[in-house]
Amino acid sequence: MHISEGVLSPAILLTGALLSSGGVAIGLKKMDFSKIPEVAVLSSAFFVASLIHVPIGPVNAHLVLNGLVGLLLGWMAFPSILVALFLQALLFQYGGLTTLGVNTFIMAAPAVIIYYLFSIPIKRGNSTITLISGFLGGALGIGFSSVLMSLSLLGTGEEFISLIKVVIVAHIPVMIVEGLITAFCVAFLKKLKPELVKA
Amino acid sequence: MHLEEFAEGDSFFHKLDPRIKFLTITPSVCIIAIMKSIETSLIALLLCFVSVAFAKISFKKLFLRLLSVNLFILLLWIFLPFSFTGEAIFDVGPYSATKEGIYKASLITLKSNAIVIITITFLGTSQIFSLAHALIDLKVPKKLVLLFFFFYRYIAVIHDEYIRMKKALLIRNFKPSSNLHTYKTLAYSIGMLIIKSFDRSQRIYNAMLCRGFKNNFPIMSHFQIRSSDITFGIIILLIVSLLIVFDYG
Repeated sequence: MHISEGVLSPAILLTGALLSSGGVAIGLKKMDFSKIPEVAVLSSAFFVASLIHVPIGPVNAHLVLNGLVGLLLGWMAFPSILVALFLQALLFQYGGLTTLGVNTFIMAAPAVIIYYLFSIPIKRGNSTITLISGFLGGALGIGFSSVLMSLSLLGTGEEFISLIKVVIVAHIPVMIVEGLITAFCVAFLKKLKPELVKA
Repeated sequence: MHLEEFAEGDSFFHKLDPRIKFLTITPSVCIIAIMKSIETSLIALLLCFVSVAFAKISFKKLFLRLLSVNLFILLLWIFLPFSFTGEAIFDVGPYSATKEGIYKASLITLKSNAIVIITITFLGTSQIFSLAHALIDLKVPKKLVLLFFFFYRYIAVIHDEYIRMKKALLIRNFKPSSNLHTYKTLAYSIGMLIIKSFDRSQRIYNAMLCRGFKNNFPIMSHFQIRSSDITFGIIILLIVSLLIVFDYG
């Protein structure tokens, strides 16, 4: 989920860059040197997982999983998502260098919100609560991201409104699928590797 | 997984000091991103094409890359021309495309393509690891660069794990479709991938400790800046300043 180069206004690009720098600074502070390999290899895993194409009705969508990233990494989602987007900008030119700040914030801020909202219910709740929190975490992660994406387009120009409507509607099925996958995934992780689910 | 598609080569750009690349591309992309006039954006795009000639990269690969990037731009072309109020050019049903809308969509198309091309010719022509090294020299926080380094280093390894799991699913006749079984299977595969990655990261860290890791990566080879690097840097910064003058003039 990202906005291409050359679309957004300078004010929005700058705001995004500043907000993301703040988030990345907090994330780096929380990440000791001993945690770097763990956060890095988990980021590689999320990167690979985002290449998986999931059938949604007649089409395929690729996973974003920012809710799951938040649940596993907390504030360290900011540096994790930043390096992934930076690599994408270098290798595939999806997103891009000037939009790096905005796109990082669009994906990482919801991840941190999801972490604060759902990591405790997932850790402490019974299996039903875990599944429900996981579903909401995955679905709202995408939901918040599409809201932030819409806001950054709207802040650039009100002319984007018809595009925004389409973007939001297109994300509803993605939200449901991300919710289901995140729910099953956290339930699975809680059973096999409880220490991974942060709280 | 072959990711660094444009990094092999022997051109001027391939030999350029990666630090100079970062120092020149950052102002360049920022200026292009905030350009207001279509004329300057067009000049910028043409200059970016000139850099393609210097970087000697395959036009076919570049074209394919631009094609995929322009899919999103195509979406903008469907909506933007009809969203602006102004002088109508033509009508489609109840909607009319305005001059302002088409101007804005063209502006975005030019700028977007210019930035993509310049990113490929400047940064795509270096190995990711030398770019990471350059970032350390440019005083980017060390934790962030180390994170990037390990992240990139292990993508191929984790991708191999994923391919192995995918084969295992295929052998068991897994056919993805839109149902709960598919989503559950994929979720468990992702979960397994995460657990394997976590365990691997612990082994990596232990191995690093065994080799005396003290929050630092010693760098054995250093970049040597040449006079051609500096000349190149000055030329690019001159072009960038000229473009600013044109755009606001």
